[in-house]
Amino acid sequence: MVHTASDTNIELTLRSIKQRRRSISAQAIAMSVLRAVIVIGISYVILFPLIGKFSISIMTRADMWDQTVSFIPKYPTLNNYRLAYEFMKYPQAFFNSFKLALMVAGLQLASCTFVAYGFARFNFIGKGFWFALVILSLVIPPEMIGTPLYLNFRFFTAWGLIPSPGLNLLNTFWPYIVTSITATGLRNGLFIYMMRQFFMGMPKDLEEAAYVDGAGPFRTFFQVMVPGAIPGLVVVFLFAFVWQWNDYQLITLYMKNQVVLPIYLDGLASAVLGDQWQRAPEEISLLNSAGGLMVIAPLLVLYAVLQRQFVESVERTGIVG
Amino acid sequence: MRTKRRFRLTLRQRDSVYGYIFIFPFIIGFILFILAPVVQSVIYSLNSLAMEANGVKMTFVGWENYKYATLVNADFVPQLLSTTGAMLNKVFWVLVFSFFAANLLNQNFRGRLLARTIFFLPVVVSAGIVLKLDQTDYLTGVAYDTIQTAQNVPGTSFLSGQILMMFLMQLRIPLKFLEFVAGAVDMIPDIINASGVQILIFLAGLQSIPGSLYEASEVEGATAWENFWMITFPMLSPLIITNVVYTIIDFFISPSNEVMQLIRDTTFFGKGFGASSAMLWIYFATIAVILGIVVGATSRFVFYHDR
Repeated sequence: MVHTASDTNIELTLRSIKQRRRSISAQAIAMSVLRAVIVIGISYVILFPLIGKFSISIMTRADMWDQTVSFIPKYPTLNNYRLAYEFMKYPQAFFNSFKLALMVAGLQLASCTFVAYGFARFNFIGKGFWFALVILSLVIPPEMIGTPLYLNFRFFTAWGLIPSPGLNLLNTFWPYIVTSITATGLRNGLFIYMMRQFFMGMPKDLEEAAYVDGAGPFRTFFQVMVPGAIPGLVVVFLFAFVWQWNDYQLITLYMKNQVVLPIYLDGLASAVLGDQWQRAPEEISLLNSAGGLMVIAPLLVLYAVLQRQFVESVERTGIVG
Repeated sequence: MRTKRRFRLTLRQRDSVYGYIFIFPFIIGFILFILAPVVQSVIYSLNSLAMEANGVKMTFVGWENYKYATLVNADFVPQLLSTTGAMLNKVFWVLVFSFFAANLLNQNFRGRLLARTIFFLPVVVSAGIVLKLDQTDYLTGVAYDTIQTAQNVPGTSFLSGQILMMFLMQLRIPLKFLEFVAGAVDMIPDIINASGVQILIFLAGLQSIPGSLYEASEVEGATAWENFWMITFPMLSPLIITNVVYTIIDFFISPSNEVMQLIRDTTFFGKGFGASSAMLWIYFATIAVILGIVVGATSRFVFYHDR
């Protein structure tokens, strides 16, 4: 009696487990279908303008006015790319932009992370005040401080140290270097804020262990906190690089006569078409589409590379995450 | 007793010293590259500026520029109000969408790398010089229209609010609600394109949640729903504020913002730099107040580790 009862019990449990498994797998399939639909839908919305840009970039003038041409041109051409490459001085402009963006991103990453750690883990008088100023520095529209900064770097006297009229720092990297190492470059307040949030979200155990082992705050910062925050660091670097790469508000102030991509892309149409450039709107579209894609392309490559990095970095840093 | 007290004091002093050492670069930078130009801008806003051969000539006019911005210029105040309203709406939807999208992209599925790369595209495409050229390029817009009429695609997105509305009206759903939904649907491309940065911030946050928390809760028999509300949401909450702040700022200082355009027009075609400086100051004060309120309201719900 007892035997058979337990046997049926086991059988029942086994059956219910099987049923549950089946329903879980059905649920999983439904979930993945739903996910696919959502991901594809959103991707479509994002890619649509880009595909449009690409199709225009390989069109000729005739295709632009042809009503029967929608995405695939009748006379595809690489001429727009050839013109953009030539008139944007692409290799030189690319190299200069790359140098500048790499330097700016590196310096800003270092300074903002350093400052952020101070805000995240130390209690000092006036902390709230200074942090409010970080946020304030973010909110100030670039237009507001653009003109005074321009004049400052045009006649740079280092606040009285160099006799007037001072040095002309425009068209050098110096305006970028000094604002980047002092964490006041483009949107640096956001980077400080992001890294502070990251550090605050990290458990204190590791730091405390480091202190107990006799490490000072600097050593703890460089050897414990920085390796633990790699996903955040990668994101900050990426943002700093991208925003420097295609910024045109500050670069037209500081680097007006330099061969860099944003300035040469902006002047591409007028460079190719000469005085008549405003009379040929379709030519402008063709050139801007090709040139724009040539400016964006390196960023996509960079992202594809770094993106793998921050997936892996998570697995590497096990404890702090 | 005395030694203990002394020890505590030195610890606090040590904290202060190191805190200031860490934030020192910012203090210098703030004074030289933000405070100084800002003070300069205040001076501009109280003056009338005229460009002359050997520089800028300033004449002191007091509050005249501020009076112009608030009382004389017919567009400034209404546009400031409507922009603020639009901002609050947009911030809400961007936050919801980016939170959802980051959770989606954090799951394991085939093509995840590709999906992530695509979701990030707007950060690159709709920013800086590329965005500027797109906005001045009328013809690309015309070309899109031809593409759409040729294919009978209504609107730039795959869904159009109006068509959805026509369908839902037949279901006798209250009109007010419908308008809200239709408005949201029309904003979809806009929202998606404004969410790239926020998705990345959330994604990085999701990946820094220790896996051991989920393992522990699985052992305890928690459901996915419970995991989400008890682990994911609180762990991400510091980043929710980050994203709220970022979205508000991004909206306000974007060059495509209507108030910003008005200010730029005033600089170059209107009353000049003095008046536009005054407008910038009013605008800036508005942003600061809104940011203060929103951050104050949301920071109550934030969870910090070990606090």
